[in-house]
Amino acid sequence: MTMPIFYSIMHWTVYIMIPLMVVALGGLFSEKSGVINIALEGKMILGAFSGTMFIHHVQRVWEISMPAWLLLALTLLIATATGIIVSLAHAYASINLKANQVISGIAINMFAAAFAIYGAHAMINTQHIHFTNVMRIDSVPLLGRIPFFGPMLFQNTYFTSLLGIIILVASAFVLYKTKFGLRLRACGEHPQAADSVGVSVAKMRYSGVILSGALAGMGGVLYIVPIASAFSGSVAGYGFLALAVLIFGAWKPQRIFFAALFFGLMLSMAAQYSAIPFLRDLGIHANFFRMTPYVATLIVLALTSKNTLAPKAIGQPYDKGGR
Amino acid sequence: MNREGVTSFLSSLVVLAIGLLVGFFILLFTNPANALQAFARILTFGFSSMRNIGDVLLGATPIIMTGLSVAFAFKTGLFNIGATGQFAFGGIVAILIGLNFQETPDGLRIIFALVAATSAGALWGAIPGVLKAFRNVHEVISSIMTNYISMFFVVFLIERYAFLAVENRSASLPSNSNLPTLGFENIFREEFRPGVYWTSQVNVGILIAIAAAVLMYIILEKTTFGYELKACGFNKDAAKYAGISQNRNIIASMIISGALAGLGGGMLYMSGTVHMGVGNVLLPYGFTGISVAFLGLNNPIGIIFSGALISHLFLGGARTQVLGFPLEVVEIMISVIIYFCAFVFLMKTFLGRKIISKFFKRGEKS
Repeated sequence: MTMPIFYSIMHWTVYIMIPLMVVALGGLFSEKSGVINIALEGKMILGAFSGTMFIHHVQRVWEISMPAWLLLALTLLIATATGIIVSLAHAYASINLKANQVISGIAINMFAAAFAIYGAHAMINTQHIHFTNVMRIDSVPLLGRIPFFGPMLFQNTYFTSLLGIIILVASAFVLYKTKFGLRLRACGEHPQAADSVGVSVAKMRYSGVILSGALAGMGGVLYIVPIASAFSGSVAGYGFLALAVLIFGAWKPQRIFFAALFFGLMLSMAAQYSAIPFLRDLGIHANFFRMTPYVATLIVLALTSKNTLAPKAIGQPYDKGGR
Repeated sequence: MNREGVTSFLSSLVVLAIGLLVGFFILLFTNPANALQAFARILTFGFSSMRNIGDVLLGATPIIMTGLSVAFAFKTGLFNIGATGQFAFGGIVAILIGLNFQETPDGLRIIFALVAATSAGALWGAIPGVLKAFRNVHEVISSIMTNYISMFFVVFLIERYAFLAVENRSASLPSNSNLPTLGFENIFREEFRPGVYWTSQVNVGILIAIAAAVLMYIILEKTTFGYELKACGFNKDAAKYAGISQNRNIIASMIISGALAGLGGGMLYMSGTVHMGVGNVLLPYGFTGISVAFLGLNNPIGIIFSGALISHLFLGGARTQVLGFPLEVVEIMISVIIYFCAFVFLMKTFLGRKIISKFFKRGEKS
């Protein structure tokens, strides 16, 4: 395998790993507070939709020229806001109305998938939202020239990769070193105990779900920008893969990083197998390579789910009468 | 009709009404001039001729099957999101059998294809079931994974063994491998010129779907096995305490659930109407089945009607495209219906109280 191919695989690993990790962290906040979040996929889709629609309009409809960093910042803001808004619907159903959290999550996913296509048709007459990727950094000044690590980590990269790492560190800090994080986790493990010392379980869970929406919405943009030139309404199940990353990562930020890295590597190799002569010459149909991340997920889950470390009160609407 | 049944039915109607209303607003927002006409079309197109009624039944068949699949699993406490993958797998198996085995007599081949499709779905459904039972893997994620694995695998099988390259889809089955239409073509047709008809391609599939629904109802309501499955769904620990085997029931439930979806897939592609594409996209039937299941309140008999209803809405919805609306409008309407289904149970409680005060106080002496 030649170096350019190796670097290319590394780049793709990062492109894939960062959204998976960010969305998984979003799921972490929600689940740590006790709300199952099956709706990550839908929130990613809507975040990607609003983000790419914004870029599309700026670049091709309104034809405003703005520096790439500003475009990226605004896009992320919009995607995050979209995720938050959608989460409100999810949170209201799950917390106030005590509805079945998996059902409301599924509803959001279905709505998002249909809306992304409908909205695109309604606004730009096509399902495919095209955009020009001006955010790629060809080479970070100075760092990009370090031998080996330079091309691997600091060329063909995006600011969002660094952002993802920052979010990882921030999440770990918030969850484990702040009062807010402690209360959040308490609501997921034993909400009655938290309630008895005056923590508002509903407010904490709302925070958890809203954070998950924010990160998942952002994750939608983080996913689509590096890897495609158009968003066509699908995030290829990454919202669910992020859940797998969460489970594989045993609901801990540090392990989530490695889980996301593992999946990123697998998906990257699956996407690029045709560039690796050894794999290409095996004569296996492309779809078997595409399958590998999902099969790997199954295997990984089979091996790690036995003694689940999920928050104990997850999925159960909080009922004050249980005290 | 008892109070429980009345409130369930009414909650379903309320949820449906809200979904339709929201859908109407979306139509209004998209294209105000044609909105009313489009809405009327969505509501009435399915009845407007015998041919269309036939098409509603034809369209209802696959989603009744996937609806039963989701509902059966749900009744036993499991979410079978994998219906799509099981459906696809059943479909390709039926196609492969239908394209080959020409030496076998037609009737036998058709039955063999249906049985094989059912088994393929059952096998695929068993995977999340086994993983859940023995390794505690959350069935939502494992079934989503099996959806994608199935999708890739099925496309591979089509391209390798059942491909019609010029049209980039699966090959058409010879007509002797399709489900028999049992003379329905003489009933469900519309004469648009003397002696010339538009005929629906509805076939025996709808009867099989209804029979499957009745069978599921009997299993769940009238057998010990069904009782045990539901007990596991209501309260895992209590059921375990009563000696009911968790693992066996989880796996059995997923196998039956998968079998229903697989049979649905087999029947769809043996109808001579649609073909399997090679685009590596998930088929929508599994997800529509979720809507059908919840709208039918996870009751097998209710699902027959909700399946017919949703098929009716989709048929009308497809006809709004000429009025300038994207097809997704109906999908949005249906996803809104599902969202409200999440609190249909809440609605049941709310309506239950209202009905008690209105109708039953007269009849009941306290």
